[in-house]
Amino acid sequence: MAKAFHRRIAADGMAVRALLDEMRDWLSQVGLDDASCGKIEIALAEALNNVVEHAYAGTPGAIRMEMTHTEGDLQVTLRDKGAALPRLRPPAGHPPALHDERDALPEGGFGWFLIRNLTRGLHYARDAGENRLTLVFDLEHRTDPAP
Amino acid sequence: MMKLEVTSHDTVSIVTAPGPRIDAAAAIRFKEAMRAATSDGPDHVVLDLSQVRFVDSSGLGAIVAAMKQMGAGRRLDLAGLAPDVAKVFRLTRMDTVFVIHEDAEASLRRAAG
Repeated sequence: MAKAFHRRIAADGMAVRALLDEMRDWLSQVGLDDASCGKIEIALAEALNNVVEHAYAGTPGAIRMEMTHTEGDLQVTLRDKGAALPRLRPPAGHPPALHDERDALPEGGFGWFLIRNLTRGLHYARDAGENRLTLVFDLEHRTDPAP
Repeated sequence: MMKLEVTSHDTVSIVTAPGPRIDAAAAIRFKEAMRAATSDGPDHVVLDLSQVRFVDSSGLGAIVAAMKQMGAGRRLDLAGLAPDVAKVFRLTRMDTVFVIHEDAEASLRRAAG
């Protein structure tokens, strides 16, 4: 049976942090193992940070999260009314090169790489001033739900 | 102002990162706190991450920046990575950039040996 988690938060770093904590607890309660919880939390942290830092770029706004858990996978849709993604699609997410020279090491640019690496599917739509990003995760190592 | 606990040994100092997250909301404060914690003392610093459960790409960038701002000839190792933290370092291949110790005690043994 499908289980769902819906939240609406303010687009700021502290609200993202609190949402991730709450979401992680929910994922454990529906029976996901730590590895699955970890990859979902990492990918969603990057997606939510992108909305705060790029779509709203520090201006106030709201983010809605709708998460649905079924037997084989977990699907999460994030909605916001910030700026659209450039070229109306998620970036390819090539990871920045790690140069031998220390001063040239990248300090960012890993967000979309992590999102693409940790998801099975990624869908983006811009509709009526709203961004809708859906992330689909495989759940390979399910454990029994906690009592 | 974030304050980091520093324990100095002969040739290495251990800086303990406060948990549970080094994330976008904490990255700038963390980088500045690292600057204060590593501005003097031994050239070899180990960042003990054992209290940290989660690092996002902003936190990862802050750790890289903390190493770069220490200056040439000095070294920043990491210790005590929780599973989700290790995963971010592995996926981004930053685990090939840092020497990563099982825990802070192991880093001291290695420095002494």
